[in-house]
Amino acid sequence: MEYMNPKELLSFLKKNLKESIIDSRIETNKAGVKQEEFHNVWFEVKQEKFKETVQLLCSIHYPHIAIIAGIDTGESIDLTYLFSIYYGERFKEISVNIKVSLDRKNPSIESITDIIPGAQTTERETKEMLGVHFTGLPDMHNIFLPYDFPKDIFPFRKDQKGLDKLVQKES
Amino acid sequence: MSKSSYKVPIGPIHPSLEEPMTFNFEISGEKITSVDLAPGDNHRGIEFMGRNRNIVQIIYLAERICGICSASHPFAFCRAVENAAGIAVPPRAEYIRVIISELERIHSHILWAGVAAHELGFDSVLYLSWKVREEVMDILEILTGNRVNYGIFMVGGVRRDITKEQIPRIKKTLDYYKDSYQKLEDVFLKDPSIALRTRNVGVLTYEEALNLAAVGPTARASGVKKDVRQDQPYSAYADMDIKAITPDMYNGKTKGDVYDRIVVRILEIFQSVQIIEYCINNLPEGDILSEKKIAKLLGTLKKAKGEGVGRHEAPRGEVIHYVKLGEGESPEVWKARAPTYNNLMPWVPMLREQEVADIPIVIASIDPCIGCMDRATLVDSKTYKKQVLTREELRKLSIEKTRRMMQ
Repeated sequence: MEYMNPKELLSFLKKNLKESIIDSRIETNKAGVKQEEFHNVWFEVKQEKFKETVQLLCSIHYPHIAIIAGIDTGESIDLTYLFSIYYGERFKEISVNIKVSLDRKNPSIESITDIIPGAQTTERETKEMLGVHFTGLPDMHNIFLPYDFPKDIFPFRKDQKGLDKLVQKES
Repeated sequence: MSKSSYKVPIGPIHPSLEEPMTFNFEISGEKITSVDLAPGDNHRGIEFMGRNRNIVQIIYLAERICGICSASHPFAFCRAVENAAGIAVPPRAEYIRVIISELERIHSHILWAGVAAHELGFDSVLYLSWKVREEVMDILEILTGNRVNYGIFMVGGVRRDITKEQIPRIKKTLDYYKDSYQKLEDVFLKDPSIALRTRNVGVLTYEEALNLAAVGPTARASGVKKDVRQDQPYSAYADMDIKAITPDMYNGKTKGDVYDRIVVRILEIFQSVQIIEYCINNLPEGDILSEKKIAKLLGTLKKAKGEGVGRHEAPRGEVIHYVKLGEGESPEVWKARAPTYNNLMPWVPMLREQEVADIPIVIASIDPCIGCMDRATLVDSKTYKKQVLTREELRKLSIEKTRRMMQ
């Protein structure tokens, strides 16, 4: 198997996605007595090109998805997808962390469950906790919140401070 | 739903579960036709709580995410913060972190082996394996002061040193486990009745493991060579040549069934013994903390900005923490992911087409701490008559199946 180094990986993605990649950086960490290197690649991609980015990653090596970390900044909802590729060989794995910024009023992004079925749990969690709509994700019951939880309350948004409103609704 | 099928919910809560959850099975005769997973019964909102705490307080909160992985979560969290704030860890601390984590792996895997035996109806094996586990609990108590929730991790190092006097005691523990290998192998891997109950049961193929993003021994038992200690070595792991353990190393074949998951875990116990041995023989001298004064450390962290990822290979699979430091003492985002989260989806193909009596062992095989089940309700779809299967009855079904096979 041929391995791209993180620079080649980033230039490959930039060649295909051009200006859609904003703000990229390669972080190199060292470990052990021999100070061997491992890499984290961070970049932000425009929402409409996100799925294409994942497809490009698949063309290199089938990515493993760890989790989607979401944050409500007050103006937008930023999702950081934590992927890794080239696992299975010592010191070869590259972590690819992709940030996507979504409109807070109507946060919506394409689901990647058709490419990576394992992303379902984390997409469902992001959907109910942050209210992000994933197009293509089947409408299933809540995974971590109770089934009868109010549909318009998203606990991980910054304007949710606690349980007061929920208790009021129930009583 | 056809008339001959039944809905069987299993769960949702049991005190010994790390993540209590409900399984809604659809059963036709003795076979499971579909399964729907419904976790979240014990969602404690730990990440939400973290928003109101400072970084050092979160370490102790992270430790309490799981009672068994109580070294893995703080390890990953500290690595994430160190990554975000650019803090270097002294080499001695890196080695001590690895020693504690590997001791934890030994205790977790033996605990799991005992639970698996219990689910199959071999309670004598449960007692035997938990007796073997006591030794590692003792050494953890000697080194950290606690049997669980070790409280040893700190951003930039560890809080307790390993003294020269403790080294012979650790060596004694390692010798004990080297001697136990043969016993564990005989009991778990060479026993015909365990093989009968676990071979070709709960199969997860290589492709399914890859597509469903399985982690840890669950993925490795299906032949996916994924192990953070190998793929992206960190701490003291970078000084050792660690290879992901797959079942073909033991008997030359990978089937991805429950038996293979036992093989991986038993072999990993002895991989951990070797790692600890290397660490105590090569323990570097020096400091154990990059910043001893907590107030000063908090000041540095308050000024620090940026995002970081911390990963660690916990006994059950990869633990990953994402931290974003912003204004103020608390992190802007703290996302913690435990391995069972990723191993939820692989349960679906594992449980499909299995027998009701195999539910306990297949569920236990990913080591979710959901080996103990509360209750199961059988609803007859025609008459809506409810029949409740207690946890005891379900276990009895499993035991009866073992007895049948032994005849």
